[in-house]
Amino acid sequence: MSSAASNTGVRVEVQGLRKAYAGQPVLKGVGFAVEPGEIFVIMGPSGSGKSVLLRHIIGLEPADEGQILIDGRSIAAAGVMESYRMAMVFQSGALLNSLTVGENVGLHLAEHRLKTREEIRRIVREKLEIVGLKGIEEKFPAELSGGMRKRVAIARALVIDPQLVLYDEPTSELDPISSVTIGEEIQHLRSRVGATSIVVSHDRDLAFGIADRMAIIRDGEIIFIGTPDEVRRNADPFIQRLLNPERLIRRPADRPPNPTVAPP
Amino acid sequence: MLRHIGELILLFVATLKALPGNLWNQRTKVVEQLFEIGNASLLMVCILSLFIGGVVALNTGPVLVERGLGSAIGGLVGLSVCKELAPVMMAILIAGRIGSAMAAEIGSMQTFQEIDALRTMNINPVNFLVLPRLVAITLALPALVLLSIIIGWLGGALVAANNYQISISFAAFFSNLRSVVGLEDVVDGLIKTVAFAVVIGTVSCQQGLATRGGPRGIGRSVTKAVVNSIVLILILDYFLTRLLMNFGK
Repeated sequence: MSSAASNTGVRVEVQGLRKAYAGQPVLKGVGFAVEPGEIFVIMGPSGSGKSVLLRHIIGLEPADEGQILIDGRSIAAAGVMESYRMAMVFQSGALLNSLTVGENVGLHLAEHRLKTREEIRRIVREKLEIVGLKGIEEKFPAELSGGMRKRVAIARALVIDPQLVLYDEPTSELDPISSVTIGEEIQHLRSRVGATSIVVSHDRDLAFGIADRMAIIRDGEIIFIGTPDEVRRNADPFIQRLLNPERLIRRPADRPPNPTVAPP
Repeated sequence: MLRHIGELILLFVATLKALPGNLWNQRTKVVEQLFEIGNASLLMVCILSLFIGGVVALNTGPVLVERGLGSAIGGLVGLSVCKELAPVMMAILIAGRIGSAMAAEIGSMQTFQEIDALRTMNINPVNFLVLPRLVAITLALPALVLLSIIIGWLGGALVAANNYQISISFAAFFSNLRSVVGLEDVVDGLIKTVAFAVVIGTVSCQQGLATRGGPRGIGRSVTKAVVNSIVLILILDYFLTRLLMNFGK
């Protein structure tokens, strides 16, 4: 297994990224840079373009305009994506349901014939232990809880000793305790392999708990980038609403009566 | 329509290109798929084929006997089963049984981002998903059709021997069949079968990969995979029959 010293993260730069689906703009000139080894969290409400942005960075979607640079090289150029070790942890985990947990975690190594079968088994066991899942190699994804599936997905990402890891809503559908575990895993991964991490989330606790810097995205535009403290201090009403949504929840008894609804 | 055909051709060409470098690596998956296809369809192939042969004998036998041509029933059943009925009926059966399963499995993988996950691991979905399925169905369908031909003939012989309106013995049935049906007729049927297998595999995988949306999208892909496969099989059947007739002259 590579050590952090031998596995420095990559610098990611997004420049003027635009994307529209059926004429509907989803990303409107997004730009930011993430330094090697940094944990960069992108926060925003649902439908603001966070996941689409992530899919562009990993090369799953072509941009309409703009470019993404990894260590200064455009990912659109031939061979660039293959020359870096990048992994993505999907919102659903995206484990292959027809394969066992062990086969899922070792899939990259097995398909690219990078290790012998015995070595793959050892690496899989090791990576599963790192994420706190021992002895589940023979189980199928359908037999696991949501939190376990996400941790298996992280183990799958760990297998390649990644230089860049993208996380799409890593704590969605998880209970608070599992969310904390996932947050810790993201930090451990950075400290262990020195990977650059880009995390897309609308989980405030996760974002403020792990981020070195944060970006706030609204309607396909980055409206603020800063450290968690800078984001917290920002007076923008949208950012404050995003960070403190409980202020909007009022008990029915406290709500003003709705004049358009007749009492029963 | 044209876009679909274009996508089909592109997928088929991409799979052909991937064959030399990836077939050996994907051999385990090919074997798994072969087992899946055989396991899912063997019994149905046997039952269907027995009744196809039987019903051809039942429909034609009494008419032939009435005209004093009862001895020709073996050849008639033999030819119609091996050149037309077994290849087409088995292809339709496999399109419904296996093509739909392929489209559903790949479509569900598309919906649940499993194919995206493969791409992020630099695993080409064509090599990983399409190639083993296409190779397996191209090997399995001719084998199933060969079995279907034999059982179809047996079905025809059984009906011919046991139906009181026909009453042609087993020996007479197969004697006539041997004199009419040549190896080239069976080969003609198998050539068509290979083309049908390629159609089913490519259409089903392409529909799976093109799945958009949730469960409803998967349902749509499955329906399209089966319907498009059957339509293409029937169209292709005519042109291949013409081509093989001209080739045989």
